[in-house]
Amino acid sequence: MNVNLDSKLDGARNSQAGLVVDVQAALKECNVLEVLDELDRELVGLRPVKTRIREIASFLLIEGLRKRAGLSTETPTLHMSFTGGPGTGKTTVAMRMAAILHRLGYVRQGHLVVASRADLVGQYVGHTAPKTRDILKKAAGGVLFIDEAYYLYRPDNERDYGQEAIEMLLQAMENQREDLVVIFAGYKDRMRTFFRSNPGLRSRIAHHIDFPDYTVEELMAIAELMLSEQMYRWDDASRGAFRQYLELRMKQPHFANARSVRNAIDRMKLRQAHRLVSRGGSVSAEELGRLEASDITQSRVFQGGIDADDSIGEAEREK
Amino acid sequence: MRITQGSFSFLPDLSDDEIRGQIQYCLDQGWAINIEYTDDPHPRNTYWEMWNIPMFDVRDAAPVMREMNACREQYPHHYIRVNAYNFARGRESVALSFLVNRPPEEPGFGLTRQEVRGRTINYVLRSYATDRPEGHRYGGAGLNGQRREH
Repeated sequence: MNVNLDSKLDGARNSQAGLVVDVQAALKECNVLEVLDELDRELVGLRPVKTRIREIASFLLIEGLRKRAGLSTETPTLHMSFTGGPGTGKTTVAMRMAAILHRLGYVRQGHLVVASRADLVGQYVGHTAPKTRDILKKAAGGVLFIDEAYYLYRPDNERDYGQEAIEMLLQAMENQREDLVVIFAGYKDRMRTFFRSNPGLRSRIAHHIDFPDYTVEELMAIAELMLSEQMYRWDDASRGAFRQYLELRMKQPHFANARSVRNAIDRMKLRQAHRLVSRGGSVSAEELGRLEASDITQSRVFQGGIDADDSIGEAEREK
Repeated sequence: MRITQGSFSFLPDLSDDEIRGQIQYCLDQGWAINIEYTDDPHPRNTYWEMWNIPMFDVRDAAPVMREMNACREQYPHHYIRVNAYNFARGRESVALSFLVNRPPEEPGFGLTRQEVRGRTINYVLRSYATDRPEGHRYGGAGLNGQRREH
């Protein structure tokens, strides 16, 4: 808890009956609004997610005030699950969540440790426990983000060590609640089956947040944001071409929302560089910053899809 | 005789909160921490037993405190120290080392004078505690110096 807030509330406690705390001031004093505004500003769309995060932040603030006033004694359960498609901002929001929890005083350090199955589960007997323990130590005082959590549990293989990691996580989630917040993330339907087969986990998770897929408009806004960050520009023709690209790409398999947009922009930059180099001659600063429609329309997406003549795509499809 | 080894050893023993504060300081500097124990207090005994592996990339003192308390529980009558390693110069070197546990009674050292040729005297310093075999010193019987799986 913020020091100023503490002293303020200690003062208030002395006159328990007439306890009055200015919530707005308390909110301001722990600087959590900054993070929330940053979240609003830097992430396009995600309306329901942002609302949920604000709700959780308010709840935790009030819970802190209640604790100070002697109205509650238990630390609330903070473990969460983030579900949604790839590239919908789960990791980014988790990072902001760690900052919010830190400012509200629920985690001491406020860092985010991202782990997946390979970081937690070992290859042989006795390998899993030290690996999981190591990750838990690193994440202590912060947030442990377990990406694609359902890979931990493999019901088809009863000798799989994933269950051991799950049990250790459960134990840490229960016994080290002051030290650690765990966020499980992954696709919605697969997470649902994962929780159904691990009821112990589900009951220890307080907040489920679902990340919706982006609309074309939102993806365009994301792309504009990314471009301006990297000092690139579109003209009207290339903007239209990119919208067309997105509409086609969204119907094709393995579309990963904002991540696909970033990858598309990276490829556009490559094509622009190639165009400028092969043309030769002198280049103006204006041209260096501009992406043309031809940089976009050369994409395979316009020639029947990314899988059309792509051996990696083929392999993915056969799976 | 109270052993004075490492930092803070001329001060009264640190409380757990003070230890936590020191550890958090080390972690904030980016130092790695490991825990070691021994029941041979000779000042030239630099090779103490390691308690688990060193803890790299840990950000918070809580897991270190847990390890330290586990070590205290298993070796209540041993010397236990916390070492912090600084990697800034490209190799791990000790930046801070201090005792966090000591036996309830420390019998101290005996000085033996050995007269050799030409009236030369050799001095030998030996701890009374080391009269007994490892694991049986300082009344720490029962564990027989065996390492339990932890």
